[in-house]
Amino acid sequence: MALPKYTEPHYRIWHYFYLLICGCVFFFLIAPLFVIFPLSFNAEEFLVFSDGMKRLDPDAFSLRWYKDMIYGTKNPWGLAARNSFIIAIFATLGSIILGTLAALGLSSRHMPYKGLIMAILISPMIVPLIISGVAIFFFMAKVGLAATHLGIILAHIILGTPFVVITVTATLSGFDHSITRAASSLGSSPYNTFMKITLPLILPGVISGGLFAFVTSFDEVVVVLFLAGLDNTTIPIQMWTGLREQLSPTILAVATCLIILSVLILLTAELLRRRSERLRGINR
Amino acid sequence: MSSETEKILTTDGIPLEESLKQAEKKNKIKAFLLVAPLLLFLIITYMIPIGDMFSRSIDDKMVTNMLPKTYKAMENWDGKELPPEEVFEAFYLDYKILVKNKTAGKLQTQLNYEKNGFKSVLKKLARKQKKFEEGNYKEQIMKVHKRWRNVEYWRAIKRRAPSYTYSKYLKGVDMYSNEDGKIVQVSEDRRIHRILWIRTVEVAFFVTLFCFLMAYPIAHLLATLPMKYSNLLMICVLLPFWTSLLVRTASWMILLQQQGIVNDFFVWTGLVADDNRPEMMYNKTGTYVAMTQILLPFMVLPLYSVMKTISPSLMRAGKSLGATPAVAFFKVYFPLTIPGIGAGCLLVFILAIGYYITPALVGGASGTLISNQIAYHMKSTLDWSFASAMGLMLLTGVLAIYWIYNKLVGVDNIKLG
Repeated sequence: MALPKYTEPHYRIWHYFYLLICGCVFFFLIAPLFVIFPLSFNAEEFLVFSDGMKRLDPDAFSLRWYKDMIYGTKNPWGLAARNSFIIAIFATLGSIILGTLAALGLSSRHMPYKGLIMAILISPMIVPLIISGVAIFFFMAKVGLAATHLGIILAHIILGTPFVVITVTATLSGFDHSITRAASSLGSSPYNTFMKITLPLILPGVISGGLFAFVTSFDEVVVVLFLAGLDNTTIPIQMWTGLREQLSPTILAVATCLIILSVLILLTAELLRRRSERLRGINR
Repeated sequence: MSSETEKILTTDGIPLEESLKQAEKKNKIKAFLLVAPLLLFLIITYMIPIGDMFSRSIDDKMVTNMLPKTYKAMENWDGKELPPEEVFEAFYLDYKILVKNKTAGKLQTQLNYEKNGFKSVLKKLARKQKKFEEGNYKEQIMKVHKRWRNVEYWRAIKRRAPSYTYSKYLKGVDMYSNEDGKIVQVSEDRRIHRILWIRTVEVAFFVTLFCFLMAYPIAHLLATLPMKYSNLLMICVLLPFWTSLLVRTASWMILLQQQGIVNDFFVWTGLVADDNRPEMMYNKTGTYVAMTQILLPFMVLPLYSVMKTISPSLMRAGKSLGATPAVAFFKVYFPLTIPGIGAGCLLVFILAIGYYITPALVGGASGTLISNQIAYHMKSTLDWSFASAMGLMLLTGVLAIYWIYNKLVGVDNIKLG
């Protein structure tokens, strides 16, 4: 953002000051993530940069914590990763199916009590997690689903659906309903119309809602802390225990993997957003 | 046309009006059926359990169920003088069963909450009651311990007669109801919950403020820069947003530790001596810094989406009409961003007030918040009814904020990214 030539000096100073502040805030946001990366290659057991690392001595770096993460004795990470993926995938599927159906119903102009129902559907997003955790724990304990995968999956569906409902409703708000009417008038069954016309058009919204649901489930600690038994520990639970007891560099190796995962998710989300914007542009 | 309005009929011979109504009804049912699975699911697994928390928090059936005969006999007792013989008899019979079932300990603890010193009196009765003879229980019980002659103890039992109580809520704000039924504060050195409430609101408020002060300039920069630069900078906001909360907390734990990089930097600049490194973690400072960074994206995104819609020509128009850039900013630009500010502040405040993970890890003793207390009672003391009561108090606060926000700004402005 270049300043015009006629800018007075004190505005010029103010402008550079403003850019400096912005730079500091961006640094504050992103820099902490980059601390983890080099330290996870530390050859030593301490969580500080050793003198060797500061000199960029190759001997000071090693993959030993990554090896420990994968092959370590009594290693909890393998089981935790498997549990995390199973739970997150099923929770995402459940959230997508329930959330998309509800969003389709909600964006129909015939829907009665729209405001009230929307409030109930997105309430798990507004209620503080700790309260959701307590309430869901009471329910799961009562029906005997505490410390089971199914219980955790159901809990994560509760937490994930609001995101799907919101993103799909937003996609549907720009949806031209005359297209589906055209399909019906040409003899398509409602099911066919949905699969061939509606679904492809709202797919970006569905997938980005699904991504939110996936990340919510994959990163969720509070509710799982109440629900999980020994057999269903997840990656966040393991990290939580590790961070409370002792910070070992293995955690940083796991954290690096998680950051790479989040970069992938970010790229997917960005691509979807652009595609969705392009599609909406054509509709207009 | 005749004067009589003829009803328009569909091909089936049904009046059009009726046919439309039927179609409308069909559509309504269709739309509702689509929503129904999720709605039912949430009501059963989420809304009802939250209601269940309420009944748990006021539930006080334990004592009532342990002394059924006593409370029945006490119905006619006015509580002024010592109760009549049948109350003593009923109490003896109830208590005998409890001692036999080895559940008398629970009653002793519960009644001791009500009146200090009750435990020893009851324990003595448990030992002596085996030798009781039939009839005239009043005499026999009063002989066991002289405190049974004190009407206060019988009143304490009677106070636990109702099967519900609001004492957990009073405990949540460091109050209790004393022997005369008056609501009073607990002694000064035991007022721990009020400090936590104040600290929670304080932390949430300042985190929101810091987030706002930091997010406003960068959201503005992102909204005004050309697309190709702003997309790149947007990654700096979105990458932390998508990264695991625990990863971000872990990175702050590394940065803020005493031998950490932030302290190294302070020593290097000469701000602090090497042997006098300040403690930045396990206190409020750690909570503030980490929570601000973690919640910052939630402030930037709503602000950005609002600022993106503000046309730059508005500022130019203001300036061309003679406003200085500062005046143009405060009179034109700032008011237009208020919906974004509202949405961002609401989001961050609500998230911050119920925060659990980060304060628990970097907060230490002086940086923990109300949700840590709830988790503590859920997992350690197992006082679930107190945890429920505190949770519902927090929930009421959050809903009140949400309601006020809805009145002032409207909830429809909330957007995700």
